[in-house]
Amino acid sequence: MSRVHDIGGQTGFGPVPMAEDGQPFHADWEARVFALNRVLGGRGVFTTDEFRDAIERIPAEEYLAAGYYERWLRALETLLAERGLA
Amino acid sequence: MTGTHSELPVAARVRQLEERVIAAGLATDAELDDVLARLYDGASPVNGARMVARAWADESYFRRLLADGNAAAGELGLGDPYGLGYRLKAVANTPQQHNLVVCTLCSCYPVSLLGPSPSWYKSLAYRSRAVRKPRAVLAEFGLELPAGTEIAVWDASAETRYLVVPARPAGTGEMPEDDLAALVTQRGLIGTAVV
Repeated sequence: MSRVHDIGGQTGFGPVPMAEDGQPFHADWEARVFALNRVLGGRGVFTTDEFRDAIERIPAEEYLAAGYYERWLRALETLLAERGLA
Repeated sequence: MTGTHSELPVAARVRQLEERVIAAGLATDAELDDVLARLYDGASPVNGARMVARAWADESYFRRLLADGNAAAGELGLGDPYGLGYRLKAVANTPQQHNLVVCTLCSCYPVSLLGPSPSWYKSLAYRSRAVRKPRAVLAEFGLELPAGTEIAVWDASAETRYLVVPARPAGTGEMPEDDLAALVTQRGLIGTAVV
């Protein structure tokens, strides 16, 4: 059974939002989440696939409502809690 | 689980998480800052553009790029700086086939070579529609391809990420490599534009 992230081919999401300001992050916290992901991944706390899996396990309603880096944050919280690390 | 994380404003959740991670010895402030410094300084479509320009200028490099993207990136000193370990596959546009890259499941993408991914690449609309209606999606980007040009859509994953090699524009035969590279855009490297 596919999970909520598996949206290839689904309809109903509207036109592609084209607005682009060239900025990778739109708040400082987004940059910190990105950095935490890279450092913890680099340290072997989790693999890329484990991180993706943690994103893909987010309950469907929360997944669809969350922004991109909010999903990353949720995945980091989940993985660290499951490992009893932080 | 703390049980309270979702009730805090998101910036406060991040601050708390970062403090816990640092207290647990899993990261330092300096390491976190360094990741961002390297992203801002190093990750850029200029890198992918250099690979494309070299391929346009050097047929032998073009063949090596198509055969082994990682090795070809390494030749220009553009190896995977984060050690993410993915396979880089270069796909070349021809009059018969245009290539378009998406990550339907998430947002997998070679950040160091293409620069931080644009918001639209990560949007639910692009992820869902690029594989179903690629021609319509390209039209939204202002790209109308000839009806006879097939569109190959490549779905990136954590293990395999893509770089589109646009077709070399006509009339650039004498152009130096640096000038060729300047023609190549981030959208061109993803396949939502031509060069």
